[in-house]
Amino acid sequence: MDKGSLLAILIGGLLVNNFVLSQFLGICPFLGVSTELRSAVGMSLAVIFVMLMASAATWPIYTYLLVPNDLAYLQTIAFILIIAALVQLVEIALKRFIPPLYKSLGIYLPLITTNCAVLGVTILNIDSGYGFVQSLVNALGAGLGFMLAMVMFAGVRERLESADIPSGLKGLPITLISASLVSVSFLGFQGLFGL
Amino acid sequence: MNRYGKEFTKGILRENPVLRLVLGTCPTLAVTTAAVNGLGMGAAATFVLVCSNIVISLLRKVIPDKVRLPAYIVIIAGFTTIVQMLVKAYLPSIDQALGIYLPLIVVNCIILGRAEAFASKNSVGLSTLDGLGMGAGFTASLVVMGSIRELLGNGTLFGWPENGLLPPITIFVLPAGGFFVFGMLIYLANKLSHRLDKDAAKKELGTQVCAACPMASSCHTAGACETGQSNPVTEPDSKEVKENG
Repeated sequence: MDKGSLLAILIGGLLVNNFVLSQFLGICPFLGVSTELRSAVGMSLAVIFVMLMASAATWPIYTYLLVPNDLAYLQTIAFILIIAALVQLVEIALKRFIPPLYKSLGIYLPLITTNCAVLGVTILNIDSGYGFVQSLVNALGAGLGFMLAMVMFAGVRERLESADIPSGLKGLPITLISASLVSVSFLGFQGLFGL
Repeated sequence: MNRYGKEFTKGILRENPVLRLVLGTCPTLAVTTAAVNGLGMGAAATFVLVCSNIVISLLRKVIPDKVRLPAYIVIIAGFTTIVQMLVKAYLPSIDQALGIYLPLIVVNCIILGRAEAFASKNSVGLSTLDGLGMGAGFTASLVVMGSIRELLGNGTLFGWPENGLLPPITIFVLPAGGFFVFGMLIYLANKLSHRLDKDAAKKELGTQVCAACPMASSCHTAGACETGQSNPVTEPDSKEVKENG
């Protein structure tokens, strides 16, 4: 399959180069919010939404504003500011329209600003030379991959709660070791479609 | 130890940003496939951390409270861009290895965390030391983790020797190995820090109790008397310490 085709990009972000488990982007919310299925889903939806919006906003700004004016080196600063503004917007919208979700996401919503997955996907779009539509599909694949990892891992963690674990390993160490095992399962997708 | 020394050393073990506070996990897991990458990432992040701490500390009375976070992010992004350009120009191989994680220093929670928690409230000197200490702790953790993963996964250490010391266990340089090694390191750091905390608490407890003791002036067992050792109320709760990690 052609590497630039939309399906290949989507599957690539979702399974083969899963953002969380293969590229280590967005680990903080992955470890922080995945204790409960409900908040994991909410957080993932927020991330998918912000990723799509951020890709839609940063690609034209980079291509039509920064590059023609020889300002490509401002990429990092420009992108992080766009994302910060977007997150603020999402926060206001959630507070106004879906207060229970706003409550359950708590402090993690502002943290999306400093979520490397969101900034990462926008920079990857540019680095990989994707066009506008390809960028959006890449963002969607990455976001869905994030959601898949979060939801799967929330299930694992709910089981961990009741498991009998050596005292020193309780909490974060056992969580990371379980994440390692989940990550092994994603190795199976390596080489899928020649990606 | 005076205040300055304390601010510097706390980042290295007791409040190690990676192993104790569990911040900046993304670069920690991603770039530590080789020790030299860990060193490069640590140095780049330390540079940004120290510079942004200095600038934010200098501007702490100028930046209005309401827009402080965007202001911090812009300052950090500026220094990140400088680092990106420097690394690209002088260390192209490191630039290649770190890839997307170099610009992602801007969203490293350690840097924004120190800006918010420390540099915005303290003097320039203290903030510089805090940045240096935290940066050293970050770099040390990355190098330790990179060394372990490189040695087990590739059989080499800092790329030496060429044929490898050990038969490589490839899984350690794969993402799964990253999670596993990180989990074990946090476990070890918790254990070590727990022990240190216990010793320190015992010492402190001793002097506190002794200060209130009428026999203090003629007592030679400072801190080791019976009242100092077995006080169930002030003994630190071991469970709580573990959960904090």
